[in-house]
Amino acid sequence: MTQVTFIDPAGTEHQVEIENGTSLMQGAMDNGIDGIIAECGGACSCATCHCYVDEAWVAKVGEPSDIEKDMLECVLDPQPNSRLSCQIIIDDSLAGLVVTVPETQF
Amino acid sequence: MQQEHCVIVGGSHTAAQVVASLRLNKWEGRITVVSADGFLPYHRPPLSKTYLAGTRSLDEILIRPSVFYERSEAEVLLGTRVTAIDRANKKVHLDNQTDLTYTKLVLTTGAKVRKIDQPGHNLAGVFYLRDLSDVDHIREYLGHGKNAVIIGGGYIGLETAAALRGLGLTVTVLEAMPRVLQRVTAPEVSAFYTRVHAEEGVEILTGVTIQSIDGDKRVESVTCGDGKVINADLVVVGIGVLPDVDLAEQAGLTVNNGIVVDEYARTSDPDILAAGDCTFHYNPLYDRHLRLESVQNATDQARVVADTICGKLEAYNALPWFWSDQYDLKLQIAGLSQGFDQVVFRGSTETGRSFAAFYYQEGRLIAVDAINRPKEFMMSKKALVERKSPNPELVADESIDIKQVFQD
Repeated sequence: MTQVTFIDPAGTEHQVEIENGTSLMQGAMDNGIDGIIAECGGACSCATCHCYVDEAWVAKVGEPSDIEKDMLECVLDPQPNSRLSCQIIIDDSLAGLVVTVPETQF
Repeated sequence: MQQEHCVIVGGSHTAAQVVASLRLNKWEGRITVVSADGFLPYHRPPLSKTYLAGTRSLDEILIRPSVFYERSEAEVLLGTRVTAIDRANKKVHLDNQTDLTYTKLVLTTGAKVRKIDQPGHNLAGVFYLRDLSDVDHIREYLGHGKNAVIIGGGYIGLETAAALRGLGLTVTVLEAMPRVLQRVTAPEVSAFYTRVHAEEGVEILTGVTIQSIDGDKRVESVTCGDGKVINADLVVVGIGVLPDVDLAEQAGLTVNNGIVVDEYARTSDPDILAAGDCTFHYNPLYDRHLRLESVQNATDQARVVADTICGKLEAYNALPWFWSDQYDLKLQIAGLSQGFDQVVFRGSTETGRSFAAFYYQEGRLIAVDAINRPKEFMMSKKALVERKSPNPELVADESIDIKQVFQD
């Protein structure tokens, strides 16, 4: 298990434990984080699990794939630190990861 | 005062979302989910894709883990069927001979597969693909070099063909209509999928009827209407689904191509709501009643159900969208193309594996099929919700950036 912090749009921090090998999105779903919708269940098809990775962690979580990049370009308010949380797989190296959930996914 | 009790019939995408949305709305009543399935709600789309291919396990396709239902204080009765609804006494009868009393009942009964009735349809090795257990049974028949015959060239059939081909089987798809995906796409898109499947080594035969399925104890071959015989170690039938309306009908609710619900997901009995594949509902974007087989509709309508139960009347107003993964093709569909009178292509359907088809009706954009074109999909989804229609000439011009196309 790896500890991750989600910051919701109101600024409230939610510290959760996510099983290694599963996605950040799944961790959000399992812990009832409001604002991560994940309609497609992690198929990189819907872009409703968009989040902003804390600047200190951007390099550690790695680069998005081409398809993810294209999707991210078209989400509401894309930023250089935008990621789809279904494409971030949790492991020990991400212990302490901080991400912010956007106001809306649509 | 009697405690509120929401009983949810069915245990798939819709049920899971109703539980989640009720608790997000701070609804404090009791929740019971009655599911005939033996597993907690799981994502169905991977069944014909990654779960069939063996790259994702049950744990990885559960919509929510068991702890979610515990925390939500939702009781989930698995492997349990509702046998009847007693509207007068607000009770449901279960097949374990007990009753549940409800204050709100939510029907999320989904759809059941259409079946074939040709001779041999009951042979071992003939499968449908709807539930997780269907796929578990199919997986027992798989093996490199085995022959699979897929009956039906819709999305389920084609996805299954792609997954089985990836596992090294010899795959033949039999489609009754003149082309695959006839009900849902333009002819060029059908031709594209036929080409890619051929390139991947899958044979697609169209305009083919089934005479019989043959074998001694288990399936050995399929005989077509024209006499052609195709060897088969297994047969997967994917010829569509029908809404599961049995309970609703028995209870005297209004049923017409699905359980009829209003924009607040209420059936003809205001204490009984329904959502997902089983409903026939009005869609304001298309100004007609629809029955949709999709995750989008399941989850969006589930949210409306929860709002209505909580007394927040928010009318359903969502854009239908779908996806299908086959080989390296990511198809994302925004909107409904039925009734189009013009289709414009961005990119080539005849070479390569990346293009988007824009469907128009009387000059208005109604749907887009985007294949390995996530930007086109994302931009179209927004435009369709906002009822904006990009100029078809600009759409077809790949020298213009897609964002530019949608700005003008």
